[in-house]
Amino acid sequence: MTAYIVRRLLATIPVMAVVAICVFLLLHLSPGDPAAVIAGDNATPENIAMIRKRLGLDEPLWKQFLLWIGQLLSGDLGQSMFWRTPVLTLVGQRYEPTLSLAATTLCVAVTIAVTLGVIAAWRVATFADRAVMGFAVFGFSVPVFVVGYVLIYVFAIQLKWLPVQGYTPISEGLWPWLNNLILPSIALGMAYVALIARITRATMLDVLAEDYIRTARAKGVATRPMLLRHALKNAAVPIVTVIGIGVALLIGGVVITETVFNIPGIGRLVVDAIARRDYPIIQGVIVLFSGIYVLVNLAVDLSYTFFDPRIRY
Amino acid sequence: MTSATDTVTAPATRASSPLRVFVRRNPTIVIGSTLLTIMVLAALFAPWIVGDPLAMAPINRLKPPSAVHWFGTDHLGRDVLARTIFGARVSLTVGVSVAILSVSIGLGIGLAAGYFRRVDAIVMRFMDGLMAIPGILLAIALVALTRASIWVVIVAITIPEIPRVVRLVRSVVLTVREQPYVDAAIAGGSRSAKIILRHILPATLNPLIVQATYISASAILVEAGLSFLGAGVPPEIPTWGNMIAAARGRLAVAPWTIFFPGLCLALVVLAVNLLGDGLRDRLDPRIARRM
Repeated sequence: MTAYIVRRLLATIPVMAVVAICVFLLLHLSPGDPAAVIAGDNATPENIAMIRKRLGLDEPLWKQFLLWIGQLLSGDLGQSMFWRTPVLTLVGQRYEPTLSLAATTLCVAVTIAVTLGVIAAWRVATFADRAVMGFAVFGFSVPVFVVGYVLIYVFAIQLKWLPVQGYTPISEGLWPWLNNLILPSIALGMAYVALIARITRATMLDVLAEDYIRTARAKGVATRPMLLRHALKNAAVPIVTVIGIGVALLIGGVVITETVFNIPGIGRLVVDAIARRDYPIIQGVIVLFSGIYVLVNLAVDLSYTFFDPRIRY
Repeated sequence: MTSATDTVTAPATRASSPLRVFVRRNPTIVIGSTLLTIMVLAALFAPWIVGDPLAMAPINRLKPPSAVHWFGTDHLGRDVLARTIFGARVSLTVGVSVAILSVSIGLGIGLAAGYFRRVDAIVMRFMDGLMAIPGILLAIALVALTRASIWVVIVAITIPEIPRVVRLVRSVVLTVREQPYVDAAIAGGSRSAKIILRHILPATLNPLIVQATYISASAILVEAGLSFLGAGVPPEIPTWGNMIAAARGRLAVAPWTIFFPGLCLALVVLAVNLLGDGLRDRLDPRIARRM
């Protein structure tokens, strides 16, 4: 097992290397002077010259790349031109709202989606099944920001049940914190629920057709333990895989959701950077989010043994 | 349109015309393509259907929907209906262009990776890395580096879609190249190019058509998202994302300026997704059984 974990950790290195190469080439192969791009729109020539020197832009391309990799490995994601602070510091100041939003969405979405998927598979070809599948197509088609504004309009502006926008840190109490996250989590989770509900239904259908399910029923196992302990646990591996892949949806959606609900997280940091043309922030967050995505999927891989002891490493 | 309503009104009779049978067996294809046809026609003939999407009328600022302005007017007194219909042009152009571009590039790379084993490992490592980058962030970075234009947006959305096509094509090639008829062709001395074109390429077409539909749906969503964030098509061009971005401070006063473009966006994506589901059921029964 340990050997497998080490092997898998090593396998993430080439993936992250490709991420680094892509981000690096993006800046250096796009038209225009990288130093001017990084310096931003209202930079002085001295400013640009300084950046050129710091990034070693006069050096050959491979030397620049090694320099950049060296910086990344020492935990330096670059420096924001607008804030004049390291990107990592800026991310550190804003990670809590983003992490809270992602965590609540993940919990709520997975619970709802798996429940829906199990019901749809158990009651296959009934109205419940069609309703779940219809919702799945719908959830995949409605953009995050449209759902967000409809939710704000109905539940915050008209009914006044929940706050319109903003974020309250968890240190100010659990309920105020949660109160602000309910609507954003629903908006962000919509597509994710659709994705997971579909795969849950599909795998559950396969598992429910197995002989051991018939045996379980014949020996009188009640419906709920049959569905959850016999069927769902055996359907877990593909479901968990899709949950891992779908984290990409969450990461992309966070940027938009934080803008709709005015949440001061990493997503807002990126969106503000677009208008200011503060490229180092965008670049740093790409590397960071890609790393998180790779690690999440590594964790998913390692969780397979837990769900299916037949899988041994 | 007529065919869709026929099935609703007419009871299921035994003697059905082939068209009716098709409609009844493929409801999603019919609904999806009907919706989409209406949208495409509206977008094509926009200048003849509605007025000028850029004409401002400050007296008519933020008027709710009425007989004159079906979708109301925005904060500059521009007609929301006209802007929404013109916005369909950008969305549909992006959807179609991204699908064509990413499928053709992905097809080329996927065929090469699946058939020539030596390039496979390198290409697939590269694709794994590309897939780890969140697509919308990659697009934001590309747009931030260059000046915003519809072509930059199309390229920016295409790049993250390519790995998915490559993986699909490669998996099809890997199964097909084990088939006896491919072995026979190799034994018969056919050149690689001929084997790929004649024997392998045709097997990839059906799954690719399905994939292309889903790609255009996701491209339309991403374009709207990018425009909404200010990293898409220049703000002076009416697109659904730009309209919602410009209206977002006025949700409480003028919800129609957000809801109508949002509704059209959702409808178009829904139509394309329904079409994709229907095509998948017809063309790719292998996956259809599972989903």
